[in-house]
Amino acid sequence: MSTTTKREPQTEAVAGPVQRRGDVVFAGLAKGAGVLIMVALAGVGLFLLIEGAPAITASGDQAYGNDNIVLFVWPLLFGTLLASVIALLLAVPLALGVALVISHYAPRRIAKSLGYVIDLLAAIPSVVYGLWGAFVLAPAILPSYQWLAGHLGWLPFFEGPATTGRTILTASIVLAIMILPIVTAISREVFAQTPRMHEEAALALGATRWEMVRMTVFPYSRSGVISGIMLGLGRALGETMAVAMVLSVGIGVVTVNLISPQNPSTIAANIALNFGNASGTKINVLVFSGLVLFVISFAVNFFGRWIAARGQVKG
Amino acid sequence: MSSTITPPGPRADRDSMPLTNPQLPALAPWLAGVIAFGLAALTGLLLGWGWVGTAVLGWLLLLVVLPVWSLLVEGERRAKDRFVTTLVWSAFGLAMIPLVALIYQVVSKGAAVLSAEFLTYSMRGILGEGGGIYHALIGTFIVTTCATIMSVPIGVMAAIYLVEYGKGKKLARWITFLVDVMTGIPSIVAGLFAFALFTLIFGPAIRFGFGGAVALSVLMIPIVVRATEEMLKLVPDELREASYALGVPKWRTIVKVVLPTALGGIVTGVTLAIARVAGETAPLLIIAGTTTSTNFNPFEGRMMTLPVFIYSSVTTGGKYAAENEARAWGAALVLVAIVMILNLVARVIGRVFAPKTGR
Repeated sequence: MSTTTKREPQTEAVAGPVQRRGDVVFAGLAKGAGVLIMVALAGVGLFLLIEGAPAITASGDQAYGNDNIVLFVWPLLFGTLLASVIALLLAVPLALGVALVISHYAPRRIAKSLGYVIDLLAAIPSVVYGLWGAFVLAPAILPSYQWLAGHLGWLPFFEGPATTGRTILTASIVLAIMILPIVTAISREVFAQTPRMHEEAALALGATRWEMVRMTVFPYSRSGVISGIMLGLGRALGETMAVAMVLSVGIGVVTVNLISPQNPSTIAANIALNFGNASGTKINVLVFSGLVLFVISFAVNFFGRWIAARGQVKG
Repeated sequence: MSSTITPPGPRADRDSMPLTNPQLPALAPWLAGVIAFGLAALTGLLLGWGWVGTAVLGWLLLLVVLPVWSLLVEGERRAKDRFVTTLVWSAFGLAMIPLVALIYQVVSKGAAVLSAEFLTYSMRGILGEGGGIYHALIGTFIVTTCATIMSVPIGVMAAIYLVEYGKGKKLARWITFLVDVMTGIPSIVAGLFAFALFTLIFGPAIRFGFGGAVALSVLMIPIVVRATEEMLKLVPDELREASYALGVPKWRTIVKVVLPTALGGIVTGVTLAIARVAGETAPLLIIAGTTTSTNFNPFEGRMMTLPVFIYSSVTTGGKYAAENEARAWGAALVLVAIVMILNLVARVIGRVFAPKTGR
């Protein structure tokens, strides 16, 4: 019986709940399913650890020509973080704008349909984004890179040479498009939860719409937006196919030059590109890099959810 | 309202102290847009810029023209408001560009390849033209079905535990939290997990369809749990209490009353989850592998799937790169169509069954 609901006194008045066999079995099954999920999550970490452990001693040819595993993982980790951070810088301002349009600026009638349209962006499979990024966006964006290299070449980011569109900046743009719907979805949800009274009070005091948004919506939804950004970051870190298909990879490169043909690869893309040909310890090396990715994205998601949960209690 | 008065108007009789501030006409943003983009088009034509440069210039002009006009007439605060409004709407417009461009490209390039042969032939023994995605369609269907069969019972039961049994318990709180975290697992990590698991069981270099299904389940279960949990929470407590009052055991109440009430929402959630995993590439690339022939047995041998087909078509390169790319676009169109139809079906189911949730 529901012993922990609000109506505790009444249920306790009954002389103890009757235990039926069906109830016990069903409750056990339900609990088992819940525990299985926890076990699965622990299993992901455990099996990656088992398969990745032999990689710690790998060196030379087995570690793709690096002296040890750290030297192998570091450039990939750098590429992963670089691509994700650029994607965030591009996506977050846009996502906040789109979320504001849907929650506050668009007329009520069409706001919902606009939301659906943005959700469509999330529905498109990542491999299709990769295909589009590699064969449509990359050639189309090359002139802009040449312009950047020509006019802003003194900045380390745009050193060039701009000979291909398949750069880490293009990959980041594709990533940005992919995480935009996630950040938008969470932001617009928390924007819409702003108490109506706060908004109306601001408007009644003569605030313009922007002042109303800045004074009531933003302070109220700060933690929600931050958690949305964290979740978007988590998604960008783990995104594989778009990067693998778009990027023209240089081996072991660590550079902030965003538009050269020699780009740092990302962990996920590197696994996808090399797993098919790998054998022996190389597989362990790749699995180990996957473990690193798992730990990082787990941490990012963990903090994202934690901030969200903390914000909910406060609100 | 002095909505049609021209800017100098209200200034002239300022001493009459009007009750309303001077305002720009309602059409002002559009007017400013026409002026800004007209000027940009003129400059672009004169200097021979591409349409990208012209559009950027037009947008920058708009960001200047409208706030400055507003500043002259309405004052600083309104000008700032108009500036932000323009920014916010242009963010939305900018976000639409990739969506429209992508769908246009996929449809126009994919439709050229689509034919009866494309859908009913596999790639067995084919190097240049011809061939199709039959094997990949079958593979995607089998792997996704296996994943669904595994994920739905586990996901729904876990959600039942969270809502019906675990309320307020520590274990349930942890599961809820971990399910949330699990939705963020990178898909390639799920693939590596399945690979590591089956390598330990069956030995190295294992590739088979069922492994892909296991990997997809890891991604699918959290989505199913979230969706089901939300729906079960919407079932009114009165229904449960009415059932208990009739002496129905709790598990029969859940099976016969709670689940049917929430069924529409659960089916919607499951359909969305299927749409999500049907497009996953990375885990299948790792554990299901690639092949050119049709394989109906998920427990034996490599199995091609649609997303992996797209990926491997464009990465093989070589002599027939053009034909391979064309086939990839065709497969992309089919995949996007499948995912969109699933999404649409989910929305329709959600709408049809919506009143049952009681809200």
